[in-house]
Amino acid sequence: MSNRTFSIGGVHPADNKISRECKIETLPIPETVYIHLGQHIGAPAKPVVAVGDKVKVGQVLAEPGGFVSAYIHSSVSGTVKSIAPRADLAGNPQMCIEIAVEGDEWLEGIDTSDTVITDFPDEASVCLEKIKAAGIVGLGGATFPTHVKLSPPPGKKCDMLIINGCECEPYLTSDFRTLLEKGEQVAIGTAILKHILGVDKATIAIEDNKPEAIKHMKEVLANLRKVSTRFAGICVMSLMKKYPEGGEKQLIDAVMHRQVASGGLPIDVGAVIQNVATALAVYDAVQKNKPIVDNSVTVTGECFPRQANLLVRVGTPLRFIIDYLGGVPENAVKVISGGPMMGRAIANLDAATLKGTSALLFLTREQTVRGKESNCIRCGKCAEACPMGLEPFLLNRLSRAGGMLDALEANAVQDCIECGCCLYSCPANIPLLDVIRQSKVQVMGIMRARAAAATAAKK
Amino acid sequence: MSAILWTIIIIATLGLVLAVVLYLVAERFKVEEDPRIDEIEKVMPGANCGGCGFAGCRAFADTAVKAPNLDANYCPVGGNEVMKKVAAILGYEVQEKAPEIAVVRCNGNCEARPRINEYDGYASCRVKAALYSGDTACSFGCLGCGDCVNACQFGAISMDPATGLPVVDQEKCTACGACAKACPKNIIEIRPKGPRGMRLWVSCMNKDKGPAAKKACANACIGCSICFNTCTHGAIVFENNLAYIDPAKCKLCRECEAMCPTGAIHATGFPKPLDKDAVKARIRERNTKAAEAKKAAEAAAEPQKKEEE
Amino acid sequence: MNKLLVSPSPHIHSKTSTASLMRDVVLALLPAAIVSVVFYGLGEIVVLGTSIISCIVLEYLITKYLLKQDNTICDWSAVVTGILLGLNLPASTPWWVVFIGAVVAIGVAKMTFGGLGQNVFNPALAGRVFLLVSFPTYMTDWQIPGGLFGADAVSGATPLGVIKEGLLGGAKLSDLTAQYSWSDMIFANIGGSAGEISAIALLAGFGYLLLRKVIRPYITLSIWATVALVSLAFSLAAPEQFTGPAFNLLTGGMILGSCFMATDYVTSPMSIKGGIVFGVGIGFITMMIRYFGSYPEGMSFAILLMNAAVPLLNNWFHQKKYGRA
Repeated sequence: MSNRTFSIGGVHPADNKISRECKIETLPIPETVYIHLGQHIGAPAKPVVAVGDKVKVGQVLAEPGGFVSAYIHSSVSGTVKSIAPRADLAGNPQMCIEIAVEGDEWLEGIDTSDTVITDFPDEASVCLEKIKAAGIVGLGGATFPTHVKLSPPPGKKCDMLIINGCECEPYLTSDFRTLLEKGEQVAIGTAILKHILGVDKATIAIEDNKPEAIKHMKEVLANLRKVSTRFAGICVMSLMKKYPEGGEKQLIDAVMHRQVASGGLPIDVGAVIQNVATALAVYDAVQKNKPIVDNSVTVTGECFPRQANLLVRVGTPLRFIIDYLGGVPENAVKVISGGPMMGRAIANLDAATLKGTSALLFLTREQTVRGKESNCIRCGKCAEACPMGLEPFLLNRLSRAGGMLDALEANAVQDCIECGCCLYSCPANIPLLDVIRQSKVQVMGIMRARAAAATAAKK
Repeated sequence: MSAILWTIIIIATLGLVLAVVLYLVAERFKVEEDPRIDEIEKVMPGANCGGCGFAGCRAFADTAVKAPNLDANYCPVGGNEVMKKVAAILGYEVQEKAPEIAVVRCNGNCEARPRINEYDGYASCRVKAALYSGDTACSFGCLGCGDCVNACQFGAISMDPATGLPVVDQEKCTACGACAKACPKNIIEIRPKGPRGMRLWVSCMNKDKGPAAKKACANACIGCSICFNTCTHGAIVFENNLAYIDPAKCKLCRECEAMCPTGAIHATGFPKPLDKDAVKARIRERNTKAAEAKKAAEAAAEPQKKEEE
Repeated sequence: MNKLLVSPSPHIHSKTSTASLMRDVVLALLPAAIVSVVFYGLGEIVVLGTSIISCIVLEYLITKYLLKQDNTICDWSAVVTGILLGLNLPASTPWWVVFIGAVVAIGVAKMTFGGLGQNVFNPALAGRVFLLVSFPTYMTDWQIPGGLFGADAVSGATPLGVIKEGLLGGAKLSDLTAQYSWSDMIFANIGGSAGEISAIALLAGFGYLLLRKVIRPYITLSIWATVALVSLAFSLAAPEQFTGPAFNLLTGGMILGSCFMATDYVTSPMSIKGGIVFGVGIGFITMMIRYFGSYPEGMSFAILLMNAAVPLLNNWFHQKKYGRA
């Protein structure tokens, strides 16, 4: 057991990692996949294929639509059926490429074997180019293009690379299984990332509710260190289980005892954070020339008939996954993409998976429905729980009063990381985060407008 | 006795001294202000709704006094009457504007729009809109949480529990536009009230293709363009599978309303209910006449052509 | 399933609810209530019963007929107020005086502000202080514990009252304090309001609340520390005039007040720093009233005074924010 953790707030929801013993299995390829053009933060990608084109697995379907954007590859081989708007997980129309699957033919040059290659190119730029070409985005949830994150702005120096293996959300186990089953690949991916950033130290941070993963990664690293000196400086750190440990800012606090200033980036305090799944994708991209065509998805929930960790092709319709595992249970009312704390409720089961889809969680009405809102009893549990040290009760009151944007900004509503600790812990069932999120959007809009006006004035 | 006397003396002196101090302070810190600001504020409706784009009635008056004309200042609540008074105070010309009203552009009531999702969270359209497309398959329509109702200061908009849609009270609405700003789906439009309150509009915002729109909502505009082809005044703008009636060009003939297959075109204020069959017959007659005329013209043109040959 | 339920994250919620928190407080007060019933007998049953029942009924009637809201008695807060009010009164208080206290507590101090969470002052204390000012005879007629099974109760004054009177009469402090033994003060054998009877029972309840993480200990500890420091300083300076720390910590409703009344969620500051200042204020004001005021005790007044300062403390003291100085 470890007592190292972040210093402010946090909650302890029940772990519920009921799929932890399920090995990652490969899901069959569906008949049709729908690949979204906006699978990352930033500008949507621009399609480079036309309707009727034959594509192979790993072929580029769309190019980055801006600096902060990413390549999108075909996850199957077949024919492009249509490029049109289609309802996404939230039911809103988004541009999608529909591909009818024919066989499973991979693009030449992609190594699909299981052999582990430990030696990687010396030139950081080669590795970085490969990562960019593979369309890698942060797979921890934010889906920020990885190559952008790996190119720190001039003048900023990175002291430590942190590989986020916390998986602090209840229920999720895909990162845990990845660490256990593909630990070597993750370690090599980490070494590549460390090499690109040119840092001496890299830490694989794992919460202490996953002792198997900690032990396994320590062994893997010990073995790899014997093979090459490039694995020196990578260590495994055990952290005390507490939500939201996997939050970027909390993880930096826990691992490095540094805090990112409000509005700042991790690189400001010398940290770069990558997720375990991202490290694996980096390994695939650099060592195997394999872009992101599949990712592991935990399918779980007490009411769900079969727990599973699946390797799913990007763009697989959700219904295909669910039917493969036995259909939606009668008593499930909510399907969540991601974990129960920060995941998004799915409004449309006809939608398809994205690169960043890490889990499908089924919850029953009893598990998820909110209680009736009652008066705030000023117990301060929300403030106690907030990992950013904010006062959700106050922000809630200011938001609902209306027109108090200055006061909201003064009370740091823009620092909210939307982790959900406040709403989770509120005994009066006040929709704190719903209200705060809304104010945060407004305040950040004003701050951006002000910053834009300031730069315009300078010019 | 002397105690009472002393009390009276002390209090009186104190009062006198303080009065002098207050007078001096008031004189010293007097703020010179255009007296017309007060005058204008008096004739304003005093709702401080912000419909004019300023922070309130006084802010409106303040800018109106400083502005060279009244082009940027128009009080939608007070309308032309108030603006005439304001113009009289300032000695400016005022451009009369047609009175406007808020119009809800969604008619996806509970029956027409089957629900596929259920919401459990803070009852706010904005929160809902940020989260997903809504409880129905239509991602453009009313979310039904009543942000518009909360935004209205005049009590002019209310949710109809039967349809789940907002209803605008013709009498109370001042066209301040607060509801239109509050709606995250932009389904509320501020439109001219029309002559004697008669107006037509497309009560739908669905930009999906016909089949998808129809599947999501029985009352949706399916982008069939029948109205566009029917209209003889060029009042219908057709874009992204959605029709829009330009109020400036609409002649209120109600032909589009009669022809709309889904009933997405709504009308209000007309003295008589629409006799669909009569209007349709009229259109048919006109179309056959036009076709005949065209034929006749062609027939007339043909011999000419032959002659030319 | 036919419809998907959609809501903003998070999708799971802790089991803690307002009702469960209040129920924990009731559980924590049970030992003290039981001990007081055992020691004071029937009178205490009447006081506690009247207090709890009238608080619940009043809250129900007010929410239903005056405020026309959903009734809130299911959140257990009226029960908490009822028990606290009952424990704050002498066991000999007539039932109708208790009822008036409940009217002030629920009707005036709680519901006029908008119910649970909105009140500025601790309802039970407001009720008690109203009675203390309005019915001083009943409120100062403390009983020396007789008991449910034992001999008849004997009326008398509270230790602090005895000392105040005695000192005014020119007696020596050491003689006055000598009549109260340590074990009496800790277990259950001194005159006072019913709830004060056993420090052990109260502390057990307090421990339960801490264990269940219902409350945090900062406010209570800072009250104790302040009282101890102030009384230590005064008693060292003039041992024959001022009572010492042990005596002050164990008598005069100190434990009941510091563990259960000052830590009331609604009327205490939100932040830890604010809570500590709040506690220091209560401790200091209590000691000043005890040493120099005309009332022998002072805990209730101190808490009510500091309740009024809570909005200010909330404004001044915030918790530390991540990444901000």
